[in-house]
Amino acid sequence: MPVRMRTALVPFAALPLVACAGQQSALDPQGLQSTQILNILFIFLGVAAIVWIAAMIVLAVGMLRRNRTADQPLALHQPFERTAGRVVFILGLATLVIVLGLSIVSYAGQRTVFAKDEHALTLKIIGHQWWWEIRYEDDSPDKSFVTANEIRIPTGQPVKVELESADVIHSFWVPSLTGKMDLITGQKNELQFTAKTAGVYRGQCAEFCGLQHAHMAFAVLALSPDEFGRWRDNENRSANSPTDQLGKQGEQQFRARGCALCHTVRGTLAGGQLGPDLTHIGSRTTVAAGTLPLTPAALGAWIADPQHVKPGNLMPKMPLQSNELIAILHYLEQLK
Amino acid sequence: MTVMAEERELRDDALNGLELSTRLDRIWRTPPGLLGALMSVDHKVVGRRYIVTAFTFLLLGGILAILMRIQLAGPEKTFLSADKYNQIFTMHGSTMMFLFAVPVMEAFAVYLVPLMVGTRSIAFPRLNAFSYWMFLFGGCFLWISFALNVGPDVGWFAYVPLSSLQYTPTKRPDVWAQMITFTEVAALAVAVEIVVTVFKLRAPGMTLDRIPLFVWAMLVTSFLVMFAMPSIMVASTSLILDRLVSTRFYDSSSGGHPLLWQHLFWFFGHPEVYIIFIPGTGMVSAILATFARRPVIGYPVVILSLIATGFLSFGLWVHHMFVTGLPQLGAGLFTASSMLIAVPSGLQIFCWLATLWDGRPVYRTPLLFVVGFIVIFVLGGLSGVMVASVPIDTQVHDTYFVVAHFHYVLIGGAVFPLIGAVYYWFPKITGRMLSERLGRWNFWLAFVGFNVAFFPMHILGLIGMPRRVYTYTPEMDWAHLNLLSSAGAAIFAISFALLLVNVLMSLRAGTLAGDNPWDASTLEWATSSPPPPQNFDRIPVVKHRDPLWLDSASLPVVAGLSVERREVLLTSLAEAEPQIREASPEPSIWPLLTAIATTVFFIGSIFTPWAVLWGTPPMAVTLIGWFWPGGSKEDEQ
Repeated sequence: MPVRMRTALVPFAALPLVACAGQQSALDPQGLQSTQILNILFIFLGVAAIVWIAAMIVLAVGMLRRNRTADQPLALHQPFERTAGRVVFILGLATLVIVLGLSIVSYAGQRTVFAKDEHALTLKIIGHQWWWEIRYEDDSPDKSFVTANEIRIPTGQPVKVELESADVIHSFWVPSLTGKMDLITGQKNELQFTAKTAGVYRGQCAEFCGLQHAHMAFAVLALSPDEFGRWRDNENRSANSPTDQLGKQGEQQFRARGCALCHTVRGTLAGGQLGPDLTHIGSRTTVAAGTLPLTPAALGAWIADPQHVKPGNLMPKMPLQSNELIAILHYLEQLK
Repeated sequence: MTVMAEERELRDDALNGLELSTRLDRIWRTPPGLLGALMSVDHKVVGRRYIVTAFTFLLLGGILAILMRIQLAGPEKTFLSADKYNQIFTMHGSTMMFLFAVPVMEAFAVYLVPLMVGTRSIAFPRLNAFSYWMFLFGGCFLWISFALNVGPDVGWFAYVPLSSLQYTPTKRPDVWAQMITFTEVAALAVAVEIVVTVFKLRAPGMTLDRIPLFVWAMLVTSFLVMFAMPSIMVASTSLILDRLVSTRFYDSSSGGHPLLWQHLFWFFGHPEVYIIFIPGTGMVSAILATFARRPVIGYPVVILSLIATGFLSFGLWVHHMFVTGLPQLGAGLFTASSMLIAVPSGLQIFCWLATLWDGRPVYRTPLLFVVGFIVIFVLGGLSGVMVASVPIDTQVHDTYFVVAHFHYVLIGGAVFPLIGAVYYWFPKITGRMLSERLGRWNFWLAFVGFNVAFFPMHILGLIGMPRRVYTYTPEMDWAHLNLLSSAGAAIFAISFALLLVNVLMSLRAGTLAGDNPWDASTLEWATSSPPPPQNFDRIPVVKHRDPLWLDSASLPVVAGLSVERREVLLTSLAEAEPQIREASPEPSIWPLLTAIATTVFFIGSIFTPWAVLWGTPPMAVTLIGWFWPGGSKEDEQ
């Protein structure tokens, strides 16, 4: 996807801003809110640049001037003192006017950015150390489902995320779509945003939440409304039953080797609640909360030794034979 | 009885010259030997120790910064483990804020304020000694814990519930919280001493509008300390109680709330920034006047700005909490209050620029650091205006943009003036000049290194890099800027190494300074370098804001203080009219013993609540020893 850059940022254009893991940049807005915020940021940046340059010019001239001739430090030139006093006063007033102006710009922007739409698609996000539980909720229970670490949304439609935490404070941040909001223990926060263009946008926990804070990312996939509808229907379904022998073995091992104690695969006996829901893991793009791309090799490495990939995370290393690992992998890949 | 004693007593009006100096030296000097050193209550001895200790912690905190920059120089580096990195960034922040920035400013005040106001001692000199020991023990406690792998790992802000027993069942957050108690006790003690010294111990004639700007800055800072620090003490003590005896201040499942912590923490945490920055402005004013060769323009404007900054600093803590889900209008008001602080800060900068315009600047190292301060701090202040805006803050909060911003204001606003102050007052403290040649290298490396290290962080934050991550994946494209930043950090580190070399070399072989090497105007330059134990043989009388510029050859003095015991002259608050002769305490071992007893009590109480029981009697005993009536004569009118 081509990077759309503002002219003001051309000096940084040499830096490739798009990662294959999805964009994560406040300078490359793809949402309504992130665009509005960037506009406010540019207003502030412009004012700041003018003020800084003006101050530096005054400083430079002041440093080069050699006006006073008297060597006696107390031999002051009274007219200069008076003028200086007046200039300082006027500049102080100017500062006041500028900050009040910027406050108004900021507050007006705040009202637009945080405007609420009653008809927004609602999902609930619960932060865990160190992954994201995503709950799509609907009035009818058969249309509600749970997934993890990956959010799919339709483009052009307001999305409301309700933010809660299962343990410590986390912060939900997808810079390409909007600013961040904390997930606070014992409190419900919410945030609304609208994706303008289809694409993959990376998000990451922004509040320090313990050992593996660095590895608590997620992806937002903005899809066309049709595509989103199809995906949602698929997510609603229970898990695919394995079709081949190896897959069936994998399903068995999944339960036998303890995976099911923590993970749910809807439609099977696996109903653990501690870890991410794996019903449709095969269709996701990353594993271990954005730590690795979801490829068979990466998934295999993760299951074989989660503590190597993400030390200190709550998934224990299970002593699996290689054939057991292959079977489980094969099973999970089929959970599309 | 009193009358007879008075008749026998010898006063300084009866003596002159060498004999006066010798007698005063004998009664004011620190006793010899190790025990004498431990008993010292001389503000200059304590101040020197305070400065050296604080700079030692700067060195340690700086080493941690370098370790982090090595880890982050490239993606997925394994130089540090996640656990080590989290301890290190917590230790870096806690060390820099609590063991370096605040103490070093207070340390300079402890050394300089009594000299600048023209008195013989700081108020409450034994409390001052106690303060230093508490600071030293608290700092050592933190660093020894870190060496034992019990270093705190929950951030210098220690947000609950991460720092609660449930999520961090080790002793690490307790170490952090109790280190706070140590340093806050130390800081509060100094704040009280400074306020009383400034209010009551000024030389006769030093009316409120003749107080040097650095002293004004430290006065305002001391009031900030007194109002802000209790908040963090309440917060950290409640945290320890939650962890140790299951009180439920922050437990949302029992009616507590994690945001209570954030409010209490930032109600302290934001004024904290100004506790660090305002002394820096005082240093800038002092250095600028001397090297621009004229008084700072707008003396009353600068003072009113300091006071306004002090008041405003208590009304904007919420801007640290813009993404916690506050009501929109409330958050918007805190945007305005946060930006308003640009007005007093701006006024001060305008006054300094005007001073430079009219001055005949002499570009010695201290002034270079002041110029560097203006360049960097103005930029940091402007990025501060940006983060004060709620919508912008929702993007940059907890990203490297904020890391860049506060290093610009803290290093630019406080460390640059501080290094300038080291070059400026080193001759007074040691009697020798620092090398100007090394000083210039020091400045340019610091200036370039700082900007290369921290400017790229603005961009890193905007392109999505959050704070406090121990690593990042190669796909994120943060590697180049991080590498650049790490290179800048290396240059910046070299500049501090040069400062250390300069200090060590100049201590041995620096040019002798003389009393007033810079031809400065304030009273600390009216005595020898380093000053004698009694500071001044006779207390000066102040008739002008810049007494040494008015007449450097002969400074008027008052006489009448005892030369047989330690005495200081108390003056009235506003007009500084002489009021009373007051005895000043003799050296004592009790402050050290009290500090040891308090340390045992503090450290014990993070392991068992019973420490409150068995830890108190030793403290009581040492305090009784400290305050045991020494039979000194009643103060006389």
